[in-house]
Amino acid sequence: MNLSMKWLNDYVKADMSIKDYCHALTMSGSKVESYEVEGSSISNVVVGKILSKGQHENADALFVCQVDIGADAPIQIVTNAKNVKEGDLVPVALDGAVLPEGKIKKCKMRGVESFGMFCGLDTLGLTAHDFPYADPEGVFVIEEECTLGQDIKSAIGLDDTSVEFEITSNRPDCLSVIGLARETAATYNLPLNVKAPEFKGVDGDINSMLKVDIHNTEKCQRYCAGIVKNVKIGPSPRWMRERLRASGVRPINNFVDITNYVMLEYGQPMHAFDLRYVEGAHINVRNAVNGEKIMTLDGVERELTDDMLVIADDKKPVAVAGIMGGEYSGIMDDTTTVVFESAYFEPTQVRRTSKALRLKSDASARYEKGVDRLISMTCLKRAFELVEELGAGEVINTVIDCDYTDKTPAEVEFNAEWINSFLGTDISESDMINYLGRLGFKVENGKVIAPSFRIDIECKADIAEEVARIYGYNNIPSTDFRGVAKAEFTEVQKFVRTLRNTAVSLGGYEIATYSFVSPKYFDKIKLPADSRLRNVVKIQNPLGEDTSVMRTSTIPSMLDVLSFNYNNRNEKACLFEIAKEYLPVAEKRNYQGDDALLVNSGKPRHEYDYQLPDEPQRITIGMYGGNCDFYTIKGMVEQLLDEMKIYDVEYIRATDSDAFDEKTAMHPYRSAVIMKDGTALGIIGEVHPDVQETYEIGTKTYVAKLNVPELMACAEDKITYSPLPKFPATTRDLSLIVDDEVPVAAIEKAIKGAVGKILEKVTLFDVYKGQQIESGKKSVSYSISMRSHDGTLTDEQADSAMKKALKALAAIGAELRA
Amino acid sequence: MKEQLEKIEVLAKEELGKCSAIKALEELKIKYLGKKGELTAILKQMGKLSAEERPVIGQLANKVRTDIEEAVNSKLAALKADAQAAQIKEESIDITLPGKFAPFGKFHPLTKVENEIREIFMGMGFEIADGPEIDDDYHVFEALNLPPDHPARDTQDTFYIEGTNETNLLRTQTSSVQVHVMETQKPPIRIISPGRVFRSDAVDATHSPLFHQIEGLVIDKGITMSDLKGTLEMLMKKLYGNDCKLRFRPHHFPFTEPSCEVDISCFNCGGEGCSMCKDEGYIELLGAGMVHPKVLENCGIDSNEYSGFAFGLGLERMVMGRYDINDLRLLYENDVRFLEQF
Repeated sequence: MNLSMKWLNDYVKADMSIKDYCHALTMSGSKVESYEVEGSSISNVVVGKILSKGQHENADALFVCQVDIGADAPIQIVTNAKNVKEGDLVPVALDGAVLPEGKIKKCKMRGVESFGMFCGLDTLGLTAHDFPYADPEGVFVIEEECTLGQDIKSAIGLDDTSVEFEITSNRPDCLSVIGLARETAATYNLPLNVKAPEFKGVDGDINSMLKVDIHNTEKCQRYCAGIVKNVKIGPSPRWMRERLRASGVRPINNFVDITNYVMLEYGQPMHAFDLRYVEGAHINVRNAVNGEKIMTLDGVERELTDDMLVIADDKKPVAVAGIMGGEYSGIMDDTTTVVFESAYFEPTQVRRTSKALRLKSDASARYEKGVDRLISMTCLKRAFELVEELGAGEVINTVIDCDYTDKTPAEVEFNAEWINSFLGTDISESDMINYLGRLGFKVENGKVIAPSFRIDIECKADIAEEVARIYGYNNIPSTDFRGVAKAEFTEVQKFVRTLRNTAVSLGGYEIATYSFVSPKYFDKIKLPADSRLRNVVKIQNPLGEDTSVMRTSTIPSMLDVLSFNYNNRNEKACLFEIAKEYLPVAEKRNYQGDDALLVNSGKPRHEYDYQLPDEPQRITIGMYGGNCDFYTIKGMVEQLLDEMKIYDVEYIRATDSDAFDEKTAMHPYRSAVIMKDGTALGIIGEVHPDVQETYEIGTKTYVAKLNVPELMACAEDKITYSPLPKFPATTRDLSLIVDDEVPVAAIEKAIKGAVGKILEKVTLFDVYKGQQIESGKKSVSYSISMRSHDGTLTDEQADSAMKKALKALAAIGAELRA
Repeated sequence: MKEQLEKIEVLAKEELGKCSAIKALEELKIKYLGKKGELTAILKQMGKLSAEERPVIGQLANKVRTDIEEAVNSKLAALKADAQAAQIKEESIDITLPGKFAPFGKFHPLTKVENEIREIFMGMGFEIADGPEIDDDYHVFEALNLPPDHPARDTQDTFYIEGTNETNLLRTQTSSVQVHVMETQKPPIRIISPGRVFRSDAVDATHSPLFHQIEGLVIDKGITMSDLKGTLEMLMKKLYGNDCKLRFRPHHFPFTEPSCEVDISCFNCGGEGCSMCKDEGYIELLGAGMVHPKVLENCGIDSNEYSGFAFGLGLERMVMGRYDINDLRLLYENDVRFLEQF
């Protein structure tokens, strides 16, 4: 809402500085976005009178003028304007003048000195709508009352200030000059002067000229109509045009301008019809018929449905109620009789129709939030008062008023003590009543009665807010928090915190990626057509394909970031993210026991379950560069698991597991699924060469994904200290020859099983394939440390353990290296 | 014999004076004091001496031995000290060469600031609540006093989930967690809830379709607007120091009444007005208010018995303010050259 300060001063004497005004209104609840002093980009432009106009001696297209600017001597100006003549008043930009498009300096034009420039409308930032009599192409020939040498801004009324307010949706009453005047008066404790409009009218019986029927009195609760005959369509006067312009509304003609003026002044949308086009002189406010069509003023044909409300004559709709008129019913240059409409339409009705038709207007913006139910007739009268003031026609002195409004005001209990206890203040009751009075509320018999324009008052907290904002939010004291503080992280929060800290201490850079991704990722990571990961939560109205589905895997997001970094020539990256995947669920959750009811309302929880997807957390790790290989990322994962107290996990080939469909994104011989007691915890591996190429990463890349809930479920919850050994350890080294495909995990398992309790540690220290080894075989070397807590191991004990180990190893084809 | 002993001492000391290496010194020690050394050779002749001479010469011989020994030892200590000093000097290094790093990662700046805020609230007794990011109309709008057709829904640019008839959506605000908490927890309630929210805003330097909010909710008997102000002032003083000032402006949110927007004195000019704060002196920080009685009632909490306050702050804005980041996109691009700075 743009407010003209000149207009505001009709109702409240606001003579404070504009900065002070904007601050005070912002702090009392009407937020000022900005203000603009009109003409602030214009200076040193004055009214001048052309004394003489002669041909330039060196140029056919130029003229030399002597201009009286109210100074001792006339000044000389060279112009190419053809539309000016001797005696014309024109805006003269003097030497050093500032215009919206730049500075003016004296200069020589074809050898003749020019001490300034004549201005056209556009040079002053105006259009033909502001001064309809002026030639929009040529110099602005002024027809206003003004004196020579007068500053152009005051001469043509470019001296208003326009203040832009951000009005919240609960205060449609402030989408009007009077509404903001009321807020101004309340803020500064100034008198508010709003007079009831009056018009004289000419005798006539409206009922013989027009009939109005409301067929849906729920959606249209009031319809006031009146008629102006013998209308004279023309431009509205300058003061009205100026105010409309300052309010951001384009002047059109006197009748259209009057409807806009009243809307801006009172917040009540008005509509004007040409009576000629109201067939049967009968206005019906009714629901549209399915498929009925109307060409709206914006030139678009719209098909209506039966839940929309229209203003119709006997044959056709002439307007979509509260939103926009039909193209052929508006005011034309030859209109002789005008019908004015001032009505109350139910907000939801307007809002739904506006949304369905994707059609918004200044009228619908006000109706859908809620206009004053009781103001329709006042505004009709105001329009007629203006018609008479402008001499625009003869108003019939009888009007139609179909009124089905409920006039019961909103009442709320007034309890000063409660308000103070709610706000934490100590405001006297009389001050509260004073604040409320300034805002148009009445306090009677322990009740606050809301004025009809306040559609937002429902409960005592609303009254507390009114009191608080006039008292000043910043005058409310601040108190330190009271009460017992007993807060702690949940188990999940603690787990995730440790997980994140560990990932960072292992060298991971934490990243943040979008939850929504492109469905193209399915193919980018080569998911099979029937992969369950392709069953995604889709966004109905995404910004674009790239953010149109909720991810079912975090791995593609990680690959995107790795690719971004690689292509930004970052040599290496080691990244991790702890974030969610979004997995659709087949049916509603089953709530049982204590969980079955909501704790405060006692309602069944099931009724409030809308079958939301699961949102499990994942930790995703990705890396490339810095000589990393599969074992680098595996080492990071192993350390992470160890720190999270998850022990004795097993690595199985990803190709042997169905737990993670993302295995297709990985090298089949360099990827693993991490298992713990039959549960798959995560997947780890080298990115498949195809996928690496798709993501445009030109180096070996590794990713891992671990499921946080599964990790949490198998993490040990406590640490038990083991006593430090009292007896020395005995160490034996073993070098073995074994088939290449036997995993070292199998060898270690055999050793562990055979040596038993006295085994302390098995350390792999060498794996060798090459010349001295038969092809298809490898040599692996272990250091085996054994220790007993009961005494020093004898050589015999150690040797016997080794014998058992070799026997077990022989069973898997491992033999001592010769 | 006496002369011989005295001569040995003189010779030994003379030779000792010329000795400059530890090895030479050890040889000298052997030459004079060793089993086959000169002193021993003389002492072997003691048997030829008379009974009167023997103790005198014996005493003298012992003295000579002790003297030489002491001289050798002190010379040895001096030489060792010299050698060590030389070696230490030789071990001089360039202490400005860089240290050797163990790999260490970085927290995302969003995490860093979020953790800071979490800790401040934990200190004030707030627990951390989590809620679903894909939520339903009831929890995100309706229970928060935003019934269908409420005009304030327009401002939220909601992403809806396909095939749910617009019942399911991506939450546009963490306020939905208020409802989830009030469904499962009896008052007193004191929580914050950090998390992702989604709005259909195209990506640019200040907008992102995904961003983070931190919601706060307090419900108890006798909670006042003064408590809200005190809590937020405490938070900001802990985050930005004791000099920062807060400004509370009336505003409108359907789920709070009274509602306010809270501005903080400009980090750059401290309230005087500058280009960073567009001459306002203040920067908009968060929205807050007293929980609307309808919201309490919707969740089954008696609004005559309980009152509360709620607030929601934008994490990105705080992160950008804290680290002078001028482009929101950097936070989601995750360039390691950006991440390593935090």
